[in-house]
Amino acid sequence: MDFVRNFPCISIMLCLFAGIISSGLRDKAAMWVNAALLTINTVLSAYTLIYTLALGDSFVYVMGTFPAPWGNEIRAGVLEALMALFFCIIMLLSLFGGRHKLMEVVEEDKLHLYYVLTDLLLSSLLALVYTNDMFTAYVFVEINTISACGLIMIRQNGRTIEAAVRYMIMSLLGSGMLLLGLCMLYDLTGHLLMNNIKESVALIVADGDYVIPLIVSIVLMSVGLCIKSALFPFHAWLPDAYGYSTISSAAMLSSLVSKGYIFLLIKIIYRVIGLDVYDDTRIIDILFLFGLMGMIFGSTSAIKENDIRRMIAFSSVAQIGYIYMGFGMGTQAGMTASIFHILSHAATKSLLFIAAIGLTDVSGGSRAFIELTGSGYRNKWAGVTFTVGSLAMVGVPLFSGFISKLLFSQAAVQNHAKMLPALIVLGISTILNAIYFMKTVIRIYTPIDNSVYSVITFKDMPVYAIVLLAFIILNVILGISSQPVVDMIQQGLATFA
Amino acid sequence: MSKPKSREEYEKTFAFRFFRWLSGSKDPYVGEVEMKVQEETVLPHETIIDRMREAEMRRDKVYDEEQNKFARIFHIIYVAMAIIFCIALVAVLLVTVSCLPPDGNASNPVNNVVSKRYIEQGLQETGALNIVSGMILTYRAFDTFGETNVLFIATCCVMIMLMVDDAILKKQAAMNDRRFEPKNDTILQGVAFVLCPIIFIFGIYIILNGHLSPGGGFSGGSIMGAGLILYVAAFGFKRTQRFFDEHVYKIAKITALCMYGLIGTYFYMTGANGIENHIPLGIPGHILSSGIILPINICVGLEVACTMYAFYALFRRGGL
Repeated sequence: MDFVRNFPCISIMLCLFAGIISSGLRDKAAMWVNAALLTINTVLSAYTLIYTLALGDSFVYVMGTFPAPWGNEIRAGVLEALMALFFCIIMLLSLFGGRHKLMEVVEEDKLHLYYVLTDLLLSSLLALVYTNDMFTAYVFVEINTISACGLIMIRQNGRTIEAAVRYMIMSLLGSGMLLLGLCMLYDLTGHLLMNNIKESVALIVADGDYVIPLIVSIVLMSVGLCIKSALFPFHAWLPDAYGYSTISSAAMLSSLVSKGYIFLLIKIIYRVIGLDVYDDTRIIDILFLFGLMGMIFGSTSAIKENDIRRMIAFSSVAQIGYIYMGFGMGTQAGMTASIFHILSHAATKSLLFIAAIGLTDVSGGSRAFIELTGSGYRNKWAGVTFTVGSLAMVGVPLFSGFISKLLFSQAAVQNHAKMLPALIVLGISTILNAIYFMKTVIRIYTPIDNSVYSVITFKDMPVYAIVLLAFIILNVILGISSQPVVDMIQQGLATFA
Repeated sequence: MSKPKSREEYEKTFAFRFFRWLSGSKDPYVGEVEMKVQEETVLPHETIIDRMREAEMRRDKVYDEEQNKFARIFHIIYVAMAIIFCIALVAVLLVTVSCLPPDGNASNPVNNVVSKRYIEQGLQETGALNIVSGMILTYRAFDTFGETNVLFIATCCVMIMLMVDDAILKKQAAMNDRRFEPKNDTILQGVAFVLCPIIFIFGIYIILNGHLSPGGGFSGGSIMGAGLILYVAAFGFKRTQRFFDEHVYKIAKITALCMYGLIGTYFYMTGANGIENHIPLGIPGHILSSGIILPINICVGLEVACTMYAFYALFRRGGL
């Protein structure tokens, strides 16, 4: 066996070790452990990606001596490795971009706990990506939930604690539903590993004995994960959680945590239930409907918002609506578009959050739009980056958002029944996106007497500026050379089934 | 063609004023309109308080169901919808349960190759008499490591929430330690003096016999944690800190988890790569048997005991 096959296991275990050891270190040391961990994991994931691309197939890694239906397993393919690589890169950038704020808002003797949380968050994300076992997925969903709560409330003021409590209640409801569905599925199939469950599910559907409990368990799992990833009617926890937590947390929550759950749902659809069975249950139509509603209502809420970070948070609701709309198509093309949008939204949303903090910092810390007037001139790096992110979100060519909108439209055209609503709502949502993002861009580039506020240049914050530049490059790469990424996603999905 | 105007005359014309205004060299109002800096309106303190109270009352009025008809209607609809939703959910789940395979039937899908191998070959393959321990700690070892990390991260979150600075802790120590409980309660101390050693020994027994009899790291660890809590409640934090302070807590927790992680990694990697692992299974039934289960149980027990005690101490006074 090639040694590369150990890399997924090694990267998950490294995260857990780093988290455990960081809990006994001082803040600076914990920070460097975290940075080293993220770099190593990026390299390992990249190696895995290259290896799986050359292999042309996925491989299964048995955790222990006991094979498939008895022991734990993890599985790595092109798609998993791509996701893991992306998650590592974005987490690295988000942490470096928000580090200066972290020092301000977190008490000094609790700073090392922040890095413990991020290490364990990364471990849970990697486990959710790589797992081939439903119960392992549930265990790491728990870790993910608790660490996300910690990330929200580590900035201790009334708002964040309220947001964390709200997030915890909603998220635990989601976990509970996932667990309930999982228990029912185990009762029906007697397996916990994904391949074995899929075989049993095919038998159940052929027999017709236990179809009602099967559908209920699929519904419970889907709704649970929808609540956790803030699909439209369940998004009440989202604006406060993203809007008031410290900036690195907001960037990681919006671009990684919710995406981890969505990726788990993709795994469930493809590898546990099977796309055909899932398509037949009509749950997919409800996901489609909620996705469309989210695209419109998320954007209208964002237009009404007078707080830049809450506006970006509401925009997340709309973007998650896009992803679920892609699920709702029920086709390979729709799923490809959704997965590409997961990547592009992860890259763009964290960029917007990190850029927004630069703009609010030069506006006296205020997040109201009126105070942001002209802030694009005071912090040129943040202004340009925010503009790039806005253009990407609206879907202007050259940037990543354009490709995902193109893929969504192509997928919609292939699906005759859902073509019209999908295209109409896509158009409306793009216009609404343009309204609130362009409003912000015009606002930050409206000239004003800048003598009141301080001006920030490259020399003041070199790390921050470099992070922003890296984000822009990532976005432009996704936008310009999208074909290799789309090919990888299609290849990964082909080995998924 | 009129004759050219002199400079003075020209300065009085509209055209001159207009072009001067256009080039921005003179404010058109200077000298014509009296300019005065606006006085800042300073409200007296009483008025501000009155206004705030008024705003609050207005807000209360909006959300008060007695005053606002819409709030009342919304509340009624909300309650009705909640009841309908709950009843519907209960109905759906009851129907689902009635459709599930009957309990205890031999032909259920749960009774398949998976549980058969756990029951029939568990003893040879794991060396543990307690099949449950064998299952969770060898067949599904990765899940259990994740579960132990859930405890770890939960403690971290509680620390973020409740941990208080050392300085404040010292200042409040005298007052806080005995604020709600009688100081030096003789009965409590007497009972704890008798019970604590027994509880500790029982906990250790359950941890060490996890592979032979019901129990294991999780249950034994929580018993030991309960013993620590009883000791603290009876004798106070000062006496507990002589053998269990934050430093010891950190060392115990990190060593336990790292040991577990190392054993786990060794087990996964050797198993996956097809290398023989050198952990002997021993003779089933002996205390030193069953491979990785005994050391992992000890690690889990330590971690769980630490977690239990840390929760109590953090909720009680915000520090270990």
